[in-house]
Amino acid sequence: MLAGAIVLHVILISAQVNTTAGIPFIQVVTFGAFSELQRGTMKSVDGVRGLWSGYVALRDVQSENESLKRELQTLQVRLQEERAQAQRSENLSQLLDLRERAGVETVAAEIIAGPASVEFRDMTIDKGSADGVAPDMAVISPAGVVGRVILSSPRAARVQMLIDRNAAAGAMIERTRAQGLVVGQGATLRMDYVSGTAEIEQGDLIVTSGIDKIYPKGFVIGTVEAIDRGTGTYHAITVRPSVDFSRLEEVLVVTTPPLATTAADIAVEATAIAAKQLQQEMARNVSPANATPRSPPPARTRVPASTGSPTNRTPRGPGE
Amino acid sequence: MKIVAALAALAIALALQTTLGSLVIRGTAALDLVLIVVVYLALITGPITGLLLGSVAGLVQDSLSSGIIGIGGLAKTIVGFVAGVLGSQFIVAAPLSRFVVFLLATVVHATVFMGLYTLLDLRQFDTPYAAVLSQAVGNAFLGVVGAQLIELLPGLRDRRKARRMSRH
Repeated sequence: MLAGAIVLHVILISAQVNTTAGIPFIQVVTFGAFSELQRGTMKSVDGVRGLWSGYVALRDVQSENESLKRELQTLQVRLQEERAQAQRSENLSQLLDLRERAGVETVAAEIIAGPASVEFRDMTIDKGSADGVAPDMAVISPAGVVGRVILSSPRAARVQMLIDRNAAAGAMIERTRAQGLVVGQGATLRMDYVSGTAEIEQGDLIVTSGIDKIYPKGFVIGTVEAIDRGTGTYHAITVRPSVDFSRLEEVLVVTTPPLATTAADIAVEATAIAAKQLQQEMARNVSPANATPRSPPPARTRVPASTGSPTNRTPRGPGE
Repeated sequence: MKIVAALAALAIALALQTTLGSLVIRGTAALDLVLIVVVYLALITGPITGLLLGSVAGLVQDSLSSGIIGIGGLAKTIVGFVAGVLGSQFIVAAPLSRFVVFLLATVVHATVFMGLYTLLDLRQFDTPYAAVLSQAVGNAFLGVVGAQLIELLPGLRDRRKARRMSRH
């Protein structure tokens, strides 16, 4: 009883005693105790709220999350479609650019199948004889020469790639104009019959010479990768193809045959030009005062259509 | 029915070969899916079917390629027959023995194919050993995995069905 009374008194007295901060001690104790209660209550409420928002209310969030995921997937697919479309546009733009530069009649075609047998390097394109595609037409891409048509049906054609072991093309080193023959090696190319005295350097650009009457003159074939000078009459040159055959999607089929470039044709053209000049000279000698203006050169003496390609205008470095 | 299924399998292999061909064109380790299917079918059906399927598959493949029609057909005919004989005379159900059969089949196919082309002076193959070996290993690996999958999947389905039935 006494103890109880003492406690009550102490409480009462203490209620009137200020702390050093000037606030009644009882208030401090009550506030302290209550704040702890508040804190506990708040924690419980927070816990319940967290439980609610973190688990029970997540049903909606989950569905929203799934919806957002679906939306994200749709957007990702659309982005990929856009990217593919952009890439395709770029490819087509390059093809269009090549068509304009090349100055030859071409038909754009899409590759629809690869080689049926592992030993051959051929592919099928979606344009055939109905589109004017015929055997022995050259197939090119913005990167360079792809190959030639070996078979055509009305709606498709088979193209032998230049890297096929049975493929070959007349070629020359762009810098020195040394001629030779490029043959396929399965994955790379080899240039044969280049004179042992010809000047060749690693990285030299190899272009078509047009002598085979299939590939227009001046299109890029590849770059010199290795030279085996040996002791023979000819160099053995390994050529890295400029075209990445594993990434080809669209190509151009050259529907106009290249202009005559064989030695015999050149001789015939030279004779024709000489004859014409001789006739002009004779006419001038007969009546000098009646000199007629020089007629334009004959059509066949014009620069071959392939000269439109930038590759054989001026010697270029390998990186270009 | 089995013949139809076999021809369908060959057609699918050929379609895949022409579709995926461009992916492996740069490397030397190109897989011959048609050869894998021919060898597998020959192993499970016998020499006569193997021979016929090899012949048909090879001829179709030849006609779709730029080479001489018949060389690939002959090579696959021989391989189909030999694989069929091996399958009927020996137990070649284990993955290791199958691996060896696929490996040897690829080597035999390449030997006949390249040998004929070289003999006829139609094509030059400079030191193809590494390419043939890598192709043989690739074909063998894919053949074994494919065969195991084909044979395990129906059993897996049956077992699952049986388990479901036993629960009820």
